[in-house]
Amino acid sequence: MSDVLNTRRAKKQALGPYGRIGKSLGELDDRLGVARGGRTFMDKIFPDHWSFMLGEIALYSFLILMVTGVFLTLYFIPSSAIVTYHGSYAPLVGQKMTEAFESTVNLSFAVRGGLLMRQMHHWACDIFVGAIVIHMARVFFTGAFRKPRELNWIIGSTLLILAIVNGFLGYSLPDDLVSGTGIRIAYSIILSIPLVGTYLAFWVFGGNFPGTSIIPRFMILHCLIVPLIIIGLVGAHLFLLVRQKHTQFPGKGRTEKNVVGSPMFPVFMAKTTGFLFIVGGITALLGAFAQVNPIWQFGPYDAARISYAVQPDWYMGFLDGALRIWPSWSFHSWGYTIPFEVLVPAVILPGLIFNLVFVWPMLERKFTKDNEIHNLLDRPSNRPTRTAAGVTMLSFLGMLFIASSTDVLAKFFNISLNTVLLSLRYLTVIVPILAFPITYRICHELQAVKGGGRRKTPNVVTRSVEGEYTATPSPRYVDDVPSHLEATEVPTYIHEEPDESGDSGVRVVDR
Amino acid sequence: MTDEHRTPVSLSGLAANDPRLQPAARNPELVERVIGVCFIVGTLCLAGFGACYWIDAQPWKLGATLGGGLLFLGIGIVAWGKYLMPRGPFVEERHTLANSEADRNALAAAIVERGGGVMQRRKLLGGLLGGGMGIFGIVALFPLLRSLGPLPKETLQHTDWRSGSYVVDQTGRRVQVGDLAVGSIETVFPEGTENSDRGQAVDQTVLIRVSNEAFTTKKGRETWAPHGYVAYSKVCTHLGCPVGLYEQELQLLVCPCHQSMFNVTNGAVPQFGPAPRPLPQLPLYVDSSGYLRSQSDYHEAVGPGFWERS
Repeated sequence: MSDVLNTRRAKKQALGPYGRIGKSLGELDDRLGVARGGRTFMDKIFPDHWSFMLGEIALYSFLILMVTGVFLTLYFIPSSAIVTYHGSYAPLVGQKMTEAFESTVNLSFAVRGGLLMRQMHHWACDIFVGAIVIHMARVFFTGAFRKPRELNWIIGSTLLILAIVNGFLGYSLPDDLVSGTGIRIAYSIILSIPLVGTYLAFWVFGGNFPGTSIIPRFMILHCLIVPLIIIGLVGAHLFLLVRQKHTQFPGKGRTEKNVVGSPMFPVFMAKTTGFLFIVGGITALLGAFAQVNPIWQFGPYDAARISYAVQPDWYMGFLDGALRIWPSWSFHSWGYTIPFEVLVPAVILPGLIFNLVFVWPMLERKFTKDNEIHNLLDRPSNRPTRTAAGVTMLSFLGMLFIASSTDVLAKFFNISLNTVLLSLRYLTVIVPILAFPITYRICHELQAVKGGGRRKTPNVVTRSVEGEYTATPSPRYVDDVPSHLEATEVPTYIHEEPDESGDSGVRVVDR
Repeated sequence: MTDEHRTPVSLSGLAANDPRLQPAARNPELVERVIGVCFIVGTLCLAGFGACYWIDAQPWKLGATLGGGLLFLGIGIVAWGKYLMPRGPFVEERHTLANSEADRNALAAAIVERGGGVMQRRKLLGGLLGGGMGIFGIVALFPLLRSLGPLPKETLQHTDWRSGSYVVDQTGRRVQVGDLAVGSIETVFPEGTENSDRGQAVDQTVLIRVSNEAFTTKKGRETWAPHGYVAYSKVCTHLGCPVGLYEQELQLLVCPCHQSMFNVTNGAVPQFGPAPRPLPQLPLYVDSSGYLRSQSDYHEAVGPGFWERS
């Protein structure tokens, strides 16, 4: 008996102090040399601020998109061949439709769990793009895009474009009445490009609209090419994040030279895994209880039919809104036409917006003459010009988004379509113009608030036996910012080089 | 909880009994119990997912059980990470990414001097190689682009309406002069295209009967609308949506996509909205047997604008 025990102990000792796991890690290190880097990775510090999870929402909804998307590819048939429907959804029986539409209806009704997967896929896409936009706003307003992170800003912005494009490609695939109209509009937008538009449109669609090539081509783009690029760029995004380490808000013990927070293992890993489950859970609940894109109600696409309130998914709304409110200015002379009524709102405008987004870090560097490395984040109110510019852009996009539902607004409020359209034309110009000075002003007011940006601690009010009330401040929160550190938020070199125009994007405020 | 405890420390080099590695929750037993309940409920939900899948696979039941299961497990894991794990905060030093001037110069020298030297000594070879690569880049575009589809040529300028085409509805039935009451509308095609993709997309035409007599929508179109039958292209001149809504009282055709409105009695001139041009009008005539037929194709290209549109 003791012999057995002894051999067990001897075996255990031979494995070393960390047992089997330690032994296998040792074997791995012999071959790949991962021990030191692995330990550094386990110790990697993630800031605890809630706003850092917005990017995680995007990442996890992308994971859900891939899982549910693979499921959908097993049942979806990307074909424009015409078939007659004989499935389980009675109102469509006997109708002629493309195989793409038929297989989408079938995977919704005839495949176990198919409808849930489809709805989760659609919801995850809406969440994916939304999370990217909010994450981007966080990065913008806190100045996290500044040197050395300009490249990651550009990668992230590219990801937003790719997400929007892939969303459009995806909801075009079922070939229903609404999405088919969307494809028709996309075709007309390509057509509007001067000189090469007709050639591009014919090459993309394999001929005149609609043709039979577009659904298979969108399938390859949607399921292979764009996702591959997204995966590659997400990898690059995360690699740069690890290489450059996180930014952090200023606070006690936090400097440009360190990161304060929780370690990768086990704290962050637990939180982020749990968060993945939560995002998945919410997506599943939405897929179960919130119907989205019920294509069997729209019916199959037919170029000569149309339904009321034709609107794209929310992230295409700003484009649709721009197309609705832009005036009908068309150039026509010398036997040629430049359709400005389409070209400006659908090609030039998004081009300008995204180019402005891409070059913003460089622009800001140029105007503030701030070429330093920044790892501490800004309070948005400490950078009134940047914050005002961001709010202006968001309010402009917001107005365009609202403009994409002129007909629904007119019907809902029972006012004439003309009134809605004209007022939205004016508002889309006026609201952003007003947003700038108002935001600028609010930022300045916020700067003057004593203790702004610090977490408030409650006072504990106690009543004594005599009936006297006394207020005692409760203990500070863990991450409270001590007052002596606040002055470091605005770097001092701005003092040395004040901008002549007074519109430098950075202001130093006397407290 | 004093501030002193909260001074950030490095993670490595902490003793196993360091207070910062202790649970952060003030009442760990309660937190443990809550997390335990979360895990149990989550597991039950997921088991329920399996059962629902087996029984009737109702989508809402599947989603509710799957979503509930993931949500409860997730909340439990997050709570575990937040309350029962090392409390921190910990600090990690940030090292400058930039290398020393000497390192930078060494890299630059390797590229500029070594590589540049190679190129400078063989300028002709370099030029030849560059030319070859350039040609490759250009010709590689040919199969990538040109194979994708045909050249547009004149396709966009014409429809399938011909001189004498019979006007048929979506079922292929020829339209006769008595078929439509005043104020009614019908989507029509040139005979033979009513079931084709191209017919649906390009040739679609709205036929509206605005009166009982021959109707003039515009000067020079006196013979185009016999017996009050007016025909316009159904493809919106803005972005190509079917102009499918007919407002009979105001005699307007409305495009539901971007709300362009066209005046039916006045040559479909856009009255409102983003459309830049009137809908092209199709000249009609009534033959001796009472069938509606087209005099010719549209006199201009239908649909949205493009560069070659004259």
